[in-house]
Amino acid sequence: MSSVAREWREVPGRYNLKGTKCANCGTIYFPRRDFCPKCRRAGIGKIEEYDICRTGEVYTYSIVYDAPAMCDMIKPYAVVMVRTDDGVMIAGQLVDVDLEKVAIGMRVRAVMRKLSTDGESGIIRYGYKFVPAE
Amino acid sequence: MDVGIVSYGGYVPRYRIKPEEIGRIWGVDGKSMGKGLMIYQKSVPSPDEDVVTIATEAARYMMDRVPDVDPKDIGAIYVGSESHPYAVKPTATIVAEAIEATPAMTAADMEFACKAGTAGIQACMGLVGAGMVKYGVAIGADTSQGAPGDALEYSASAGGAAYLIGSEKVIAKINKTLSFTTDTPDFWRREGQPYPKHGGRFTGEPAYFKHITSAAKMMFEAMGTTAADYKYAVFHQPNGKFPTRVAKQLGFSDEQIQYGLLTPNIGNTYSGAVPLGLANVLDHAEPGDRIFVTSYGSGAGSDAFDITVTDEMANYRRDNAPTLEKVMADPIYVDYGIYAKFKGKILMPE
Ligand SMILES: [Zn+2]
Repeated sequence: MSSVAREWREVPGRYNLKGTKCANCGTIYFPRRDFCPKCRRAGIGKIEEYDICRTGEVYTYSIVYDAPAMCDMIKPYAVVMVRTDDGVMIAGQLVDVDLEKVAIGMRVRAVMRKLSTDGESGIIRYGYKFVPAE
Repeated sequence: MDVGIVSYGGYVPRYRIKPEEIGRIWGVDGKSMGKGLMIYQKSVPSPDEDVVTIATEAARYMMDRVPDVDPKDIGAIYVGSESHPYAVKPTATIVAEAIEATPAMTAADMEFACKAGTAGIQACMGLVGAGMVKYGVAIGADTSQGAPGDALEYSASAGGAAYLIGSEKVIAKINKTLSFTTDTPDFWRREGQPYPKHGGRFTGEPAYFKHITSAAKMMFEAMGTTAADYKYAVFHQPNGKFPTRVAKQLGFSDEQIQYGLLTPNIGNTYSGAVPLGLANVLDHAEPGDRIFVTSYGSGAGSDAFDITVTDEMANYRRDNAPTLEKVMADPIYVDYGIYAKFKGKILMPE
């Protein structure tokens, strides 16, 4: 059950792209960090909740042909590094897309999808993936 | 107090399959099958989509259109479906978390075949009207299954729509709702069974037609109206044929049901069907338009609604989320093999 508990603590980040921002230097952290390694002591007490922008563009991508079991049903698929409109880099899958049309600079938005399941009886994990925007 | 729709959002998965492709596999003339049902294609969910993700997408579109509404003011969320991903563990809590409405709220999943979504709207109207909550969210969504080769396989599809019910800045006032309910075994699925069973021809006259026309006539009588008093009408649409026929029986024209009838393009989205049809009507509606809505759920019952679009529609940020026409545009067509894989119809090794 420990993995269910760990997964559960990650829900705000996975569902809603909840990150943090250091009010001292302006750096945005995703996944969230509660300590700013740039400001160290000066950042203590200045870390704020921050909602990462759900839209952005493809910074770089790769097409995965040899998929792990949890992605077997949708292979081949695209993994993208997205630069969100507030400048945060987030990696994830790009789905509902013609793989030949995936390109650097493509506009995308984050949606919630099933990420994986623990077999037929286990927990279903939901989280963000990207789909083409516009 | 005026209770009604404050916002709405609809979502349909991007994949489609055509009846001729399904018929090709089973040695049936799928094209004429589709023509008989008035279904020319149906939506197919991606393997990473289910009722949770469809309901979430619809609910997020709904919230995008009311940026001034604080999700913490949502006091209730009901998700109606017959394909909740968990038998025990609510869909509604996951959707609530995804729109940041938790934790000071109540939530539950609803089931009543294809009318669980409209049952949720009624429950929210009661809570808002009684002053127990400021806003309630009612969602109808499904990823329904038809047994391979069965007539239902040509229609059962996926999609859903979400409604924010409240009493402030109401874009569409619900003037009245009422229901007609009986114990009628026209369609059912037992616990643990993957596919539903239905009573064949029994699903028509004593089930769909009797309940919809009874609820509709009760509404006409209660409001002192006839079909001519409404600009638009939306009926449950297990196929394209039934709602077209029931509309005619009640005196509605093809023009009145054109926006509310999506099944020919996306198939039967079950609990999503009437909510999606109404969403498409609201995409086109203007202040003053009166809308007649009657859902149907097997087992059996119909919920009728008499709705008037208000002047607030002019201030509503409808463009903050895509219209259903845009959501449904540019589909990706799949063949039966991909469809079978997506829907988990292929027996995989452990
Ligand atoms: Zn810092």
